[in-house]
Formats: sequence, C-alpha cells, structure tokens
Amino acid sequence: MISRREMLQLGLAGSAALTGLGFSNLPRAFAQQALTQDQLLQFEDFGNLTLIHLTDCHAHLRPVWFREPDTNIGVGDAKGRAPHVVGEAFQKMFGITPGSPEAYALTWPDFADLARTYGRMGGFDRIATVVKAIRAARPASILLDGGDTWHGSYTSLKTRGEDMVRVMNLLGAQAMTAHWEFTFGTERVQELMEMMDQPLLGANIFDAEWDEPAFEPSKIFETGGLRVGVVGQAFPYTPIANPGWMFPEYSFGIREERMQQVVDELRAEGVDLVVCLSHNGFDVDHQMASRVKGIDVILSGHTHDAIPEPVVVGDTIIIASGSHGKFVSRVDLDVRDGKMMGFRHKLIPIFSDVIQPDPDMASLIEEIRAPYKTDLEEVIGKTEGLLYRRGNFNGSWDDLICDALLSERDAEIALSPGVRWGASVLPGDITREDIHSVTSMTYGQVYRSEMSGEMLKTIMEDVADNIFNADPYYQQGGDMVRVGGLGYSIDPYAGMGSRISGMTLLKDGSPVDPARNYVVAGWASVNEGTEGPQIWDLVENHIRAQGTVSPAPNNSITVTGD
Amino acid sequence: MKIDRRDVLVSGASAAALGILPWAALAQDAEPAKTLDELIAEFTGGVEATEGEGITLDAPEIAENGNTVPISVEAEGASEILVLAPGNPVLPVATFKFGELAGKRAASTRIRLAQTQDVTAVAKLADGKFVRTAANVKVTIGGCGG
Repeated sequence: MISRREMLQLGLAGSAALTGLGFSNLPRAFAQQALTQDQLLQFEDFGNLTLIHLTDCHAHLRPVWFREPDTNIGVGDAKGRAPHVVGEAFQKMFGITPGSPEAYALTWPDFADLARTYGRMGGFDRIATVVKAIRAARPASILLDGGDTWHGSYTSLKTRGEDMVRVMNLLGAQAMTAHWEFTFGTERVQELMEMMDQPLLGANIFDAEWDEPAFEPSKIFETGGLRVGVVGQAFPYTPIANPGWMFPEYSFGIREERMQQVVDELRAEGVDLVVCLSHNGFDVDHQMASRVKGIDVILSGHTHDAIPEPVVVGDTIIIASGSHGKFVSRVDLDVRDGKMMGFRHKLIPIFSDVIQPDPDMASLIEEIRAPYKTDLEEVIGKTEGLLYRRGNFNGSWDDLICDALLSERDAEIALSPGVRWGASVLPGDITREDIHSVTSMTYGQVYRSEMSGEMLKTIMEDVADNIFNADPYYQQGGDMVRVGGLGYSIDPYAGMGSRISGMTLLKDGSPVDPARNYVVAGWASVNEGTEGPQIWDLVENHIRAQGTVSPAPNNSITVTGD
Repeated sequence: MKIDRRDVLVSGASAAALGILPWAALAQDAEPAKTLDELIAEFTGGVEATEGEGITLDAPEIAENGNTVPISVEAEGASEILVLAPGNPVLPVATFKFGELAGKRAASTRIRLAQTQDVTAVAKLADGKFVRTAANVKVTIGGCGG
C-alpha cells in the first residue's frame, strides 16, 4: 500500500527553499544565478526503479514560452480537482508563491513579466542533459514517451516526423504511444516505425476490418532485477478528432476491457510492476484507474496538464507531465515482491537558461534545422501583446488566427480548432516558426463555405459535449472550438444540446438566425478533399499586412453555470 | 472446440442478416412503429426483464463511424438475444438465436446508428427468465481534438 508518508520531495525543485528566496522582484540575471541546474535535478534517490516520463512535446525541439491555461473547467467528479484548477487557486493548492519559478512554470498570472525573468522552458538538448543525469544516478530506469511527439512544428512537417524519430532515438526513449502521429497517414507511420529504436505500443489500436489488435499492446522491460510491464494506450478518439480517412486501417476506442485483459496477462506473466503509458487525457485516466485493476502507475498524456504531485486513485498513481518539453517527470519507485511499496516524484521544470545543453543533442537539432534556418527565423511582423492559445475558450493567438480567416477569406464567421498545442509569443517579433507552432498539420487547408445558423449551433453543441460531458469516457480532450465574428454564452455544466445560447453575429449585433446561411471560413477539417490555402500562409499574409498586431481582450464569450 | 473471434464475427453477421429480414418486411407493411417497451414486451411475452446481471453488451462509447458501429453481445445460457436501436427510424436490429450445441452464446456484428442513443439488448435464458442491458453510443461530428 502507498502511504502518504512516502510522498516526499513533492513539487518542483525543492520548492520550499526556492520560494523562500522570493524571486519575483529580482532581475533575471540574479534569478538565474540563484536557480541552478543542481537544484533542479536535486533528488534523494528512493527505491529500486525510476520511470522517466515526457509527453506531448509536439515536436518543439527548441525552448519555448508556454502560458498555462486561465480557464480549465472540470465537470462531474472532476470539478475543482487538479488539473481543473488554475492561476491563484492552483498556486494555493500546491503551496506555490506568486512570482516564483514554479508560479511561472505552472500558472498563467503575470506570465509575460515572469517569462522575461525566468526565460524559455524546454528544448531537447536540455531534456537530454536531465535524462542523462537521472540515468547516471539510476541505472535501473525506463524512459517513456507519451506521444504527440512527431507533430507540431515546421521541421516536423517538412521532415514528415523524421526529425522527432531521430531525436527520440538519440535520447534513448524505450517505448512510445501515439495520437497526432497518425495524421501523417498509415504508410508514413509504418515507415517511421521502421526507423524507431523503440516500439510504438497501443493496446487499444485495432484492425478496423477484423477488430483484432493491430499494434504491440505492451512490452516487458527487465532492469535492476525487476520485470516491468508497460502497456501503451493511444488516444482513443484519434479517428474522430482527427481525419480517420488518413489511417482507415485502424480503429481505436477506450476499450476498457481490453486494457484489463492486457494488464491481467502481464500479471499472469509474473511482472513486478504494471505501467500504463497513456494518451487518454487526464480525466479518462482518472476514471480508468478507478475501474481497471492492477495498474500501478499511469503516465498520463494528451490533455497537457502539468501537476506537481502524483494523483492517487486507489492503488494507482497518475503522473501528468505537461507539454511542449517544459517538464520531465522522474518517478522513483520501491518495488518488492511484485508490489509497488512506495514512490517519490518530481516534476522537473526544464528552465532552459539554467540547464546546460547536451552537446550531442544540440548538434543533432542544429543539423535538423540547418536546411530551414532562414525560413524559420524570418520575422513576419510584430505583436504589442502576449499571444497565447491554451485555455478552454479563445486565446489571443486564436483571436488573431480568426481575424486572419475573416479578412483573408472575406467571411462572416471563422472557426478554428480548439487544440491545446502551440507555444506563446511575448510582445515583440513574430517569426515564421512561431506561426507554425500554432498551425502546423497535415490537413491545414482553409475552407470557405456556407453554413446555416442551425448547423453552427449543432457544431458548437457537439464540440462542447466532447469537452464537457460529465462522463470522462465521452470526453475527447482539447478545448472549445475558437470562433471569430461570433459571440455566444456557454454553460459547460448543462446537458448535450443546451449548453450554447445567445449566438450573435458580431459585425451587426444580430442574433444568429437558424434558418439563414452564413459565410464561414475555417481550417483543420476532418473531411477528405477539403480545398483552400494552408492556414500558416494565410496567417502569415494577414500578419504581414498588419505589420504590428495588437491583441485585445475577447469579451464576446460568456461562461455561465456552476 | 476453440471458437476464435473471426468465427464468432462471421456467425454473428449471418445471424444478423436472418434477424433483420422479418423486421424489414414489417416496416414495409407501414404498421405504426413500435416503441422500445412494446418490442421488449413482445419478445419477453410480457415478462419483466431484469437489468444488468447475466448479459453484456460491448460497444464503443463514441462511434468512429455511425454507419458501421461494432457491437458484441453475450449472455451465458441464452437461447435468444434481441438487439434494439431505440434512436433509429426502425428500432429492431437483430435477434440472435442459439441452438443447444452453441459453444458460446455470443455474437458480434456491426450496426448503423442514426444518432446518439442507448443501444439495448435483451436475452432469453434457458430457465425462461429475461435479462437486459444497454450501452450509450454517441454519434458525433468530431474534428477538434488536440
């Protein structure tokens, strides 16, 4: 059994010592001097096995700014529970001092100011340094990649995911699972799997025709005298949230009984520990932990949550390791007699100005970027305010993208997908790389079509139910579809079909008429044969035409209910 | 004898075809559509079917394609299993009949769902009792996950 006593060394980087120093008002150089690599890596070894987890990097090879959400509503049992706590409430829940490095890494308040103090986070050359240090201290360790690794950047799009396979091979990842990987299409996934040094595990990926397992479900790792079973769980709704026609051979789904079956088989094999490498999303993992018996650790991905403590459900611990390379989780375990007796965990923040880059990884990244360097670094325009995306409703990046859709395609209403990936941009230059960070994908065509008011309402209700359904097994993750030219009210706690009200056409303030057709521009359609310019070109043209953009607060969405 | 998943699938599919035909004929007669309760009462002869225990209905939480949704039903010792889609224009989907020598009282098939609904299965057991269960399957537009 796990005792609360074993949950030592929680939180970030020896948080008590750091927050006590009161970084918030110090100049950046001093803050960096006070924050050291040794502090970030400081960890009192525990037990006999270490899991190293990273997930949802979305191909961001270099350090990024990434503002965490200001709105992350939890429904049903998840209400008020991490990760559905943001900002000051999050700081309070985990004992984080406002303005501290942890506050910058994990919450949104004062983001732009703190970003200037503490610098960018992530970068695979820094991650490599951290992984090497952990492995040196803990020979019995397993490095696991939760997926959404091959997608999300200019270089990953140009190399069709190959850059990330090379990086993960050099890093020494030992298994991965997947979601956006499949948007490169079945053939490319199979090509890249040939190049991978590690298996792509997916117990819930089935052959669509015969309804039989199509991928390796699990792998047993032997290390430090232990046998560790790792089960992969790919994103259950990949063919629904993304274009299923790109990988029609495969069927996904939560398949809870299948997970139980694979766990039981591993237990029957006599493994000492069962780990689920999951791309379910946090709330789905929480529910699965309460229903599937025999999983010791769930390494959770998909919903991009960074939680500084393990979440304990029965005898299972769930680890949420954030996104975009901002964090690496180290989980030390005491495994004896086929049981997990205790754990010690640290969500290691990758402060890129503090952690030394690993030279081998740094040169691989440079090699990958070299052919595209001029294109990546070209400055397209300037922004006067912070551009960010993450949050349940429109962020300033999305507002800018919606403005681009409206003006470049002469539309009344714009729709932009509520994805959770994409880095933030501080006031200053916007480069082509920044635009690709929030738009890169294999189906980025911008459509222009007519939709009735009734159809628009149906779409918004449908998306809202996929996010705010009270049963996590019906949630697909992601955030609400972003809209331009349209205002609305939403009650996330209401039922399917009755969450959205007060839809208003912003250009004239008229209520949206169910019977009238509206000209709508949008991107990332899951339908085959969508035609139009690529979203990144359209956004680039728009920013170029503006020269300087000035993000304004979005007051056209009202959130109600409780 | 070992029955593998493919055998079950094939036998299930043929059983489904048999089950559908009489109902299709019924629909053509343009009789008023029967409700879920009426159809179940007809199947059980008015006997109350108990909820849950003894029957499993496996279906995806969200359909990847509403036109072809894989489902499996199983009820130990069942002689017949009725499958209904209460959200479809024609509710009855299939009636699977099992002979005494059937190794496993289970069937798999794919069904078309017009909208989000509680797919319902009712089994007649050897002792003449009836059990029922349901699975909520959501049919969605999709497209915004990330």
